[in-house]
Amino acid sequence: MHVPDGFINAPVSVATGVVAAIGVGVALRGARRELDDATAPLAGVTAAFVFGAQMLNFPVAAGTSGHLLGGALAAILVGPYTGALVVSVVLAVQALLFADGGLTALGVNITIMALVTVLVGYGVFKGLLAVLPKRRSSVPVAAFAGAFISVPASAIAFTGIYAIGGTTDIPLGSMLAAMTGVHLLIGIGEALITTVTVSSALAVRPDLVHGARGLARPLHLVQSPGTQGAAA
Amino acid sequence: MSTVNESKARSGVSARIVAAVGLAVALVLAGFVSYYASGSPDGLEKVAADKGFDAGAKDHAGAEWPLADYGVSGVENARLSGGLSGVIGVGVVLLAGGGLFWVLRRRPERGDGA
Repeated sequence: MHVPDGFINAPVSVATGVVAAIGVGVALRGARRELDDATAPLAGVTAAFVFGAQMLNFPVAAGTSGHLLGGALAAILVGPYTGALVVSVVLAVQALLFADGGLTALGVNITIMALVTVLVGYGVFKGLLAVLPKRRSSVPVAAFAGAFISVPASAIAFTGIYAIGGTTDIPLGSMLAAMTGVHLLIGIGEALITTVTVSSALAVRPDLVHGARGLARPLHLVQSPGTQGAAA
Repeated sequence: MSTVNESKARSGVSARIVAAVGLAVALVLAGFVSYYASGSPDGLEKVAADKGFDAGAKDHAGAEWPLADYGVSGVENARLSGGLSGVIGVGVVLLAGGGLFWVLRRRPERGDGA
């Protein structure tokens, strides 16, 4: 999904860069409330994980691949503000070190892959948690849906930016259909990776999963009154 | 408000071990599994080529950088070159992200610094 230089014209690249800067600014403020001594290192590891997972392009259709975007995953694991920063750091390192994603397109890439995925992915996740049973087992279900929808949302956002500042004149309707279609398929991969990762974190330390805070832990019997940590 | 103490009280596995396992998985994915990733164009590249909106695309200004396109220049072996670039990337992202998040974190009742 990394947009190269030259897809979007200069004025719209600058304007989208401003949007990205404002979004990152808001995230920098909000992340202070999400991060503490215990979660800050985990957020760094989450960024490293998203970088590693993004290297794994998986085939989705004939001659087409996709990879994790990670916005929904990071937001669920470490919080939406920190999550947006996690993906922004990954995108910046990719553009500035690996020549992946254009330098002039960095604002576009942060907007569509960090901001839109977090807003839509985490929004759907929280919306579903509000209507699903208040149990921890609802978290992977909501994570799947949020991650799935975040990918076509990102593709649609790109198409919208292209509609304003694209450098080649092409029929936007067929571009929108093609972009949405292939990214619905990639969204399935995104959803699977996100669900497995969130479920794994829930299994070992549910209290460290930001999106699962405040949900009842599964009922379990306590043998001895002295058993530590049984009553949360 | 979730505090460090609360986290510790509930812990089965320490947060340090969770972080270590997460980092190990990231290193294995970037350093080893990435070799087996699909080389096909991704969704955007494919649609751009099909629909012809890639006409304006320009090469990255850093196309000749030492780590450009997830390889280490000078390392001939594709598996080694890609894996090494992945490991370097994981390290750089961990330091950049971890450093940023460490600076931003809530401090317990000190109130100095940023």
